[in-house]
Amino acid sequence: MEHFFNDYTFRTVTLGAATLGAISGALGTFAVLRRQSLLGDAVSHAALPGVGLAFIITGSKAPLILMVGAGLAGWLATVAVLAIIATTRIKYDGALGFVLSVFFGIGLVLLTFIQKFPNASQAGLDSFLFGQAAALVEQDVVTMAVLGGLALVVLVLFWKEFKILSFDPEFANSLVLPVRWLDLGLTTLLVVAIVIGLQTVGVVLMSAMIIAPAAAARQWTDNLGIMVLISMVIGALSGVGGALLSTSTSNLPTGPTIVLCASGVVIVSVIIAPRRGLVWEQIRRTLQARRLRSEAILLDLFELARKHDSLGHPHMEAALKIMHPHASTLRRQLRSLHSKGLISLHSTGAWALTQEGINACEKLLAKRVS
Amino acid sequence: MSPFQLEIQLVAAVVAVACALPGTFLVLRQMAMMSDAISHAILPGIVIGFFLTGNLSSPILILGGAATGLLTVVLVEWMRKTNRVREDAAIGLVFSALFATGVILIARYAGDVHLDTDAVLLGELAFAPFDRLEIAGYDLGPQSLYSTGSVGLLCAAFIMLFYKELKLATFDSALCATLGFLPGLLHYALMGLISMTAVAAFDAVGSILVVALMVGPPISAYLLTNRLDRMILYSILLAVTAAVSGYWIAYLLDASIAGCMAAIVGVQFGILLCVAPNQGLLAAWQRRKRQRWQFAIKMLVIHLLQHEGTPEAERECRVDHLQEHLAWEKPFAANVVSRAAAQRLLYPVGESLELTVTGRELAREAIVHH
Repeated sequence: MEHFFNDYTFRTVTLGAATLGAISGALGTFAVLRRQSLLGDAVSHAALPGVGLAFIITGSKAPLILMVGAGLAGWLATVAVLAIIATTRIKYDGALGFVLSVFFGIGLVLLTFIQKFPNASQAGLDSFLFGQAAALVEQDVVTMAVLGGLALVVLVLFWKEFKILSFDPEFANSLVLPVRWLDLGLTTLLVVAIVIGLQTVGVVLMSAMIIAPAAAARQWTDNLGIMVLISMVIGALSGVGGALLSTSTSNLPTGPTIVLCASGVVIVSVIIAPRRGLVWEQIRRTLQARRLRSEAILLDLFELARKHDSLGHPHMEAALKIMHPHASTLRRQLRSLHSKGLISLHSTGAWALTQEGINACEKLLAKRVS
Repeated sequence: MSPFQLEIQLVAAVVAVACALPGTFLVLRQMAMMSDAISHAILPGIVIGFFLTGNLSSPILILGGAATGLLTVVLVEWMRKTNRVREDAAIGLVFSALFATGVILIARYAGDVHLDTDAVLLGELAFAPFDRLEIAGYDLGPQSLYSTGSVGLLCAAFIMLFYKELKLATFDSALCATLGFLPGLLHYALMGLISMTAVAAFDAVGSILVVALMVGPPISAYLLTNRLDRMILYSILLAVTAAVSGYWIAYLLDASIAGCMAAIVGVQFGILLCVAPNQGLLAAWQRRKRQRWQFAIKMLVIHLLQHEGTPEAERECRVDHLQEHLAWEKPFAANVVSRAAAQRLLYPVGESLELTVTGRELAREAIVHH
């Protein structure tokens, strides 16, 4: 373990992955809540021509310059999607798919164009396509951290506005908030988050880094602030986990490993998260069904006894069996009611309501009437 | 034109048709992004099929890919049904997890065979003629022509056989279900076709161009017509045109063929967005302009009708009076008057304006209608 942390490449990759995970986790939260999960996919594909153009214009492979190019192209893509929806009857999904593939195609044309440049190999740009975490250097991580930090600062500054926009845009509009500008601002932040991660995980898998931490975090809380924090932690942990796994195993590419880690967290969260998790729901359902069944038995006994002079009049199990559809669990339910002191077993083998049981029945009936 | 070039264009045209056919329904059913998801998610299916057969154009690959495509659809559906993750997030999560799995499989087990992520994502149409189908020593042409051709025929046969049912399921899924046509089954059949098309086409054009050809031509055709049969026809024409002209542009620029085709798809949409009758921006602009004049003319004739035969008619019906009464600028007022005169709605008598019979009728009609 220790030699890992002393290893420069490993440290850089892990730090980079953690940074990108945290930032995409924070901003992805808003994308997922606003049903813009697939916008991330479109933006990351659409960033490719920006990378190519930035290189053609400047001739530089400095990460900041390529990121600016990618960001501008990604931003233009979101504007194009919005414009298509606004001016035609084409729906969101069609506009996304169209913009994504056409931008990507133009990016491919530019990349093949660059291949023919005498002064530069394409190698540095290829990493944007599929991501090359191992090629990260310290300067990349610093750039990522600074850009991401700025995005987070903006997020905190406009926290209240973004919150209203995400949950109730019409209310935001009625408050005379500049909804269009806020919308654009939040989308721009998403573009920044995507651009930061492109070099590490590549255009195809970057969308997963936007969606997965947020989708997982959603299971654990109903509070936006806490959700953002959990999402950041999940993103960062997936980054570190993926980097660790891929460094300690040969031939395990970092980007896909990070994405699989994040997807794993989503599955685990969907299953076990308290309250929302599928396991808890199953437990809740079982308990509720059991409670309803025992209540039904209790009320059946009450109903039977009402036909006699005393509410404590005993009845045989066989009589209950006829009335009760869940006959297989009847014995168990009776025992559990008995142990709660709501019914008593007579020497004849018949069951009768105790005073406590009668009270419980009356309370239940009163509740049903109201 | 060499026979190779002809073959490349033929393969491209066949792929274009095979994609445009199911793509039309995808766009109309608002599931365009499923083409993106499926074309990425088939990667692990292709990789496993490749490990089993050692041949990239084996039919088993098509089946393996189609199976993974359907798995994607099922997984998305399952995640959506848990109500824990929204559909768009589910799509993004499932396809990137599957794609990541495919990339890892390639990196770990397919180190030095002809199968890398670039090939799947980008495709290389220029190599299509090198992989030939030979039976008993006879050269029958490029293999990809047969794989994409048969999938294309399958799509065409499916759409022709189930045209009515597909139409019903697309435009009124509820009615389709009440009539007992099983829209769910049609949905899965369509998704299966999309998966098979994506697998058959990936080798030639790459998964991103599959998205471009499935989404681009149908949304362009959607700008041109309201009829399903015409939309399919226009999609096919647009797709084939994009494929062939994309090839020649790539040839001239010496750039990526798939990239150029996608770019042409974008250009087609851009042009149609401007000039399409009814739906186009130009048509909308002209309509607005025409409506503006029409409205002004109606205002004018109503105004004239109101004062016709009254004592103040002489004052009210003068051209320069319109400026103060209707708050029209002088040139605008003159323009409206001359347009109305050209339509024979009124004629000038000295300084004032007199309505014709048609002008009076129009005015009365306008008053009734508003």
